[in-house]
Amino acid sequence: MEKKYWQSIEETNPDYTPQKEESNSSTIEILTDDTNVKSTSRRDFLKWCGISFFSATVISACENPVKKAIPYLHQPETLTPGKANWYASSFVDGNRFCSVLVKSRDGRPIKIEGNDLCTFTGGGTNAIAQASVLSLYDDGARYKYPAKKGEKIGWEIADEQIKKALREAGEKGKKCYLLTPTLLSQSTKELINSLKAKYPALEFVSWDAVGYEAIREAHLTAFGRAAIPDYRFDKASLIVSFSADFLATWVAPVSFANRYAKTRKISESNPAMSRHIHFEAGMSVTGSNADERVPVKPSTELDIIMELYNEMAALTGNPVFSSPASGYDTKALAEEILAHKGKSIIVCGHNNLQAQILINAINLMAESYGNTLDNRKTLNMGQGNQEAMAQMIEQMEQGNAELVMFYKSNPLYNYPNADRLKSALANVPMSVSFATAKDETAKECTFILPDNHYLESWGEAMPVWGTHSLMQPVMQPVFNTRQFQSTLLAWLDKDTDYHAYIKEYAEKALFPRQTRYPDFQQFWINTLQAGILETDEVFAFDARLQSGVVSDAVAQLKTQTANTAQVQFMVHENVAMADGSYANNPWLQELPDPVTKIAWDNFAAVSPAFAEEHNLKDGDIINFNSVEVPMIIQPGQAMDTISLALGYGRTFAGKSADKVGVNAFRLLTGSAFLWDVATWQKTGSGHQFARTQTHHSMEGRPIVRESTLDKYKQSPNAGNEIREYHLKHMSTLYPEHTYEGHHWVLMVDLNACNGCSTCVIACQAENNTPVVGKDEVRRRRIMHWMRIDRYYTGEKENPGVVYMPLMCQHCDAAPCENVCPVSATNHSHEGINQMAYNRCVGTKYCINNCPYKVRRFNWFRYAMNDRFDYNMNSELGRMVLNPDVTVRERGVVEKCSFCIQRIQDAKLKAKNERRKLKDGDVVPACMGACPSKALVFGDINDPDSKVARLIKDPRNYHLLEEFHTLPTVGYLTKIRNKKG
Amino acid sequence: MIASSIRWPMVGAQKSSKDITTELLAPNETKPALWWYIGMGIGTIFLAYGAWAFYMSLSVGLGTWGLTNSVGWGWDIINFVWWIGIGHAGTAFTIFFLVFRQKWAASINRTAEAMTVFAVMCAGIFPLIHMGRPWLAFFIMPYPNTRLLWVNFNSPLFWDVVAISTYLLMSITLWYFGMIPDLATMRDRAKNKISKEIYGFFSMGWDGSMISYNRYETLTRILGGLAAPLVISVHTIVALDFSISVLPGWHATILPPYFFVGAIFSGFAMVLTIMILMRKAFKISDFITEKHLDSIARVLKYGSLVIGLAYAIELFIAWYSGVEYEIYTFFNARASGTFSTAFWIMVFCNAIVPQVFWFKKARRNIAILFTVSILINIGMWFERFIILISSLAEDFLPSSWTDYSPTLVDIGVYVGTFGIFICGMLLFIRYIPIIAINEVKAYKKEGN
Repeated sequence: MEKKYWQSIEETNPDYTPQKEESNSSTIEILTDDTNVKSTSRRDFLKWCGISFFSATVISACENPVKKAIPYLHQPETLTPGKANWYASSFVDGNRFCSVLVKSRDGRPIKIEGNDLCTFTGGGTNAIAQASVLSLYDDGARYKYPAKKGEKIGWEIADEQIKKALREAGEKGKKCYLLTPTLLSQSTKELINSLKAKYPALEFVSWDAVGYEAIREAHLTAFGRAAIPDYRFDKASLIVSFSADFLATWVAPVSFANRYAKTRKISESNPAMSRHIHFEAGMSVTGSNADERVPVKPSTELDIIMELYNEMAALTGNPVFSSPASGYDTKALAEEILAHKGKSIIVCGHNNLQAQILINAINLMAESYGNTLDNRKTLNMGQGNQEAMAQMIEQMEQGNAELVMFYKSNPLYNYPNADRLKSALANVPMSVSFATAKDETAKECTFILPDNHYLESWGEAMPVWGTHSLMQPVMQPVFNTRQFQSTLLAWLDKDTDYHAYIKEYAEKALFPRQTRYPDFQQFWINTLQAGILETDEVFAFDARLQSGVVSDAVAQLKTQTANTAQVQFMVHENVAMADGSYANNPWLQELPDPVTKIAWDNFAAVSPAFAEEHNLKDGDIINFNSVEVPMIIQPGQAMDTISLALGYGRTFAGKSADKVGVNAFRLLTGSAFLWDVATWQKTGSGHQFARTQTHHSMEGRPIVRESTLDKYKQSPNAGNEIREYHLKHMSTLYPEHTYEGHHWVLMVDLNACNGCSTCVIACQAENNTPVVGKDEVRRRRIMHWMRIDRYYTGEKENPGVVYMPLMCQHCDAAPCENVCPVSATNHSHEGINQMAYNRCVGTKYCINNCPYKVRRFNWFRYAMNDRFDYNMNSELGRMVLNPDVTVRERGVVEKCSFCIQRIQDAKLKAKNERRKLKDGDVVPACMGACPSKALVFGDINDPDSKVARLIKDPRNYHLLEEFHTLPTVGYLTKIRNKKG
Repeated sequence: MIASSIRWPMVGAQKSSKDITTELLAPNETKPALWWYIGMGIGTIFLAYGAWAFYMSLSVGLGTWGLTNSVGWGWDIINFVWWIGIGHAGTAFTIFFLVFRQKWAASINRTAEAMTVFAVMCAGIFPLIHMGRPWLAFFIMPYPNTRLLWVNFNSPLFWDVVAISTYLLMSITLWYFGMIPDLATMRDRAKNKISKEIYGFFSMGWDGSMISYNRYETLTRILGGLAAPLVISVHTIVALDFSISVLPGWHATILPPYFFVGAIFSGFAMVLTIMILMRKAFKISDFITEKHLDSIARVLKYGSLVIGLAYAIELFIAWYSGVEYEIYTFFNARASGTFSTAFWIMVFCNAIVPQVFWFKKARRNIAILFTVSILINIGMWFERFIILISSLAEDFLPSSWTDYSPTLVDIGVYVGTFGIFICGMLLFIRYIPIIAINEVKAYKKEGN
């Protein structure tokens, strides 16, 4: 038996049971024995772990739906998945022309680029051409099949009925009308003529909603030939413009911007630039670029033209006519023009015959013809005829019209007296619209025979004599549409294959005019590939003034400017909407107006003094001829004038266009495009604009550095002196990045940039940037990766305007990079600040810490979201997306990538060709689109590259360089050719 | 009884230990009053509004907030910093008064710490929900993973994550361990089985022995020692979110101490608010005496002087630097421009109003104390508003200057955190002794 030890006497008692006393026991014992608690056992713990792990697995197993890409069973010969095909084509719409290259991926066009082979446009584009690809996929607004009174019908039935009407109209002695805008296509005109020959009752009326026919007519009156000379701004050293917004909208803006920029680019070796004097009422893109801008009322402007004519006539010994005093020193201007004889160019944007005649006379005295005005290879724009249009309406009203057809024209929206036209149309038994997409006129037509989008069409255009630009389809028609010309062929009882027709036309009309290709087939393929054929065709006029023309013009103009109203009203086109044809393009709607930075609206602009006098503020709604328009105070607006942009206020165009802004065409009481007297009053209600920039002063900060030509000639770093100080004081404790391979740099020439915003749309198209809508723009959440900042300098009645394209600066010491907790934004070994979207958790710290505020946050899911019912919300609309660029998810930050996909593409291409990447191989979207060639991208480690040269230019500076962010985007100072 | 000439009694009337226990446990042991239910009702309504705001933020996106392309942080981070500031006082109370042997704070510690825990919880919600993709918040944790991704140790946001989670953990630990003896008391006095079990579980078998007290005290001191630097680090690191950046008004070395003092300041003001309310609600004015309130008011007066000085130094440095961006932010945007109203509210509430505490009458007047404590918290909210918004909305390039205004969702998230705070505090006073009974008992003799 075991030995038993005891402590006290009690314990020796066999009945003894030990008594526990709480006070004596340890805490541990109490924990285990005494608490009446069900403690968690290890088994429970494992159970809970199991449940947690299981739920975590289930939750994390939820993934995004998988979409399958099915490869071709029979792969088309020309198509390699993942590789883009490029086709040369032409963007042609009325007066608007741009020779383009279309990028097509997997059989669908996704991007428009300028065609460098076109000497007329110089390889540039504009915002409308860039955005045109989106209209192709507009399944909300495009007409999908031929229809009669809304009912779907077959093409043959429609053809039969219309042919019958055409035939019977002749028998009944009635008229049929075909209304088109200016047609740059010779073959289409030829086709219309054959149709007229077959159906004698057919009348062809050409009418432009925004036209230049006065210029054409002025040349007919003054020189005896209806023509528009080609404006060679590139040859001018003095440019005088009267309301001609030639950089943005007037006649051929892509070409003019290109030519203008050539005279504005300046370097140490060639310190010369043109001088630009601009007269206008509202602040236009062109006016904002002028060296000297004179805000004047439209009537005064005409007075100045008359007086300028007189001053010049006096100086050159030509007849002088009495004219009202304008109050402007026209004598000095006349002397300046004559000092630049043969090198000056005077243009006028008023579609006013008398004014244009005087401009012709002035140009003649300045010896512009043959020098800065090409009177041989003349322009084909401005073929409209207001009178023919008026006659047509009269005939319709009288019931003499059997059939009216509308091709690319929408007069029920943009004819000033649309109501009259509408009632006249009700008088016509049959009407046909060839509209591609919904419009107000098509809505009222009996037949809708939808035309193809230009990217589905064959065609050709001759914007200027001697330049033929071909149009070829990039894809099969998306819908059951038929090209307008094919429809005409059908009515001619011919084969509807317009391809064959145009080929035949080329063989007959173009092939003989060249000598390069002896064989037609070879010629055809090569020309089609190039998109451009330049021939020696001319349509010349002799610049010799007919007698009595000027005196008549002055006499008539005097009566026009006499007794004008105090407040005058001007309408104008803007870079996005033009005449309203593109209103349903959400990219264009969201493009901020270059000057006011207002998107999704038009507005009545008044001068600051006018606003003060009448106690108006931004957003006040005023009433014009019973239409209510919100107004803004526009610095630089002429006193007592009101300007309003055309193209808004569509009522039947699609969800993006309808009820956006007001229809300014409706406000034109008299003939179109003459300034009109404004009767207006305040309504007392207000409107909030979607404005992407609300502060307009640089606050004295060296953001845009500018100087004058005189100072530049003295010292090439004029305006940029501060850079030296910053460079001297720059230091860092950290090792700087080294770039052994490429180091990408973008240079922006602020002197060449005119603010037209083409690059903004190009960037949006290339990088799948979503459209966010008016409300979100109001909340300052536009998603554009690049923007153009606009600042005013000087006094507010006539300020200087500067533009600054701003994209990610790709800083070598980027403030955004070090603050990202998850390293979602980081630095590449080629100097690119890159975003890993998958990694981003969206803290937005980088947005805050970016001094340039170029980063964008995905506030919502913008794709496939009914709240953002734009192109990304439709199956077809998403076809425009660039497959090389991710569509970003809600909650991630995005920004300019220097078009990294293009850099990669160029590298691969060079690698496949076993060569080194050379300067110019990589062209980011913004650079490629720029009509002015203001942007240059390249590798600074390549000593022969353009950027390596430009970055050493004394004009170069980096934005906010004093913060040692070391941006790789460089800006070249803005130089103005100012007197004094 | 010997009354100390330099030390005022920390417990008002003569009370036995039993009296103290009974009186202090009254809120836990009696049925709650009507105001408690009303309070919970309001808290729940706030929570419901907050839940809606949460739902909107998570399901629709941060677009439902008032942020813009330039103002990437708005009410979310303002409220985050504000709550963190408030969350400072509890730990500061315990730690610094422990270190400085300011035993009078014993009766306030518990509530102050509870306030800290709930305030830090409220604060913690904002960094999470302000993310564009909160479901990927774990990306911010440095743990080995198959994606071979790692966090950016350069980013102050990462420091934030570390500092705040550590601080929260520490605050909860400190609060909980401080509660153990009282929970045991509740266990012992509990009348029904469920509460006995629950309090029993949480009191970890506390037996009130000397050896337990010895270990308890030791642990408190160790935890206090560990927590002391955290009190300083957490708000310093929040300040670094701003100091590390390049923005004018943010990029300043003064921000860490300035934020720290501001946090203590706002935290003490919140403690004052809550103490006054609790005195009103429960009969505890013998434990939280006018003298306690007086002491807090003195701290506030001191804090106000430091804050006022910081404002002045900021303005001076902006001018002295000669940097146009700094000068614009401080003098044009803040003092005289778009944000001048908020700026002067801030100066008035934080730097001017608390000066009233130079007067003893003001320090002893409950109405004035209460008003000032509320004004300080309003002022401190505006301070964060000024720092956040004026620097973001008007930074370097005037082209990017935007307005900022919150939406209903922004407000909802903030109100929701109030719901958490109110409900949390009410549950706390219902189920946990609001004053550290054991500590009061311990100091009773010394004071009296």
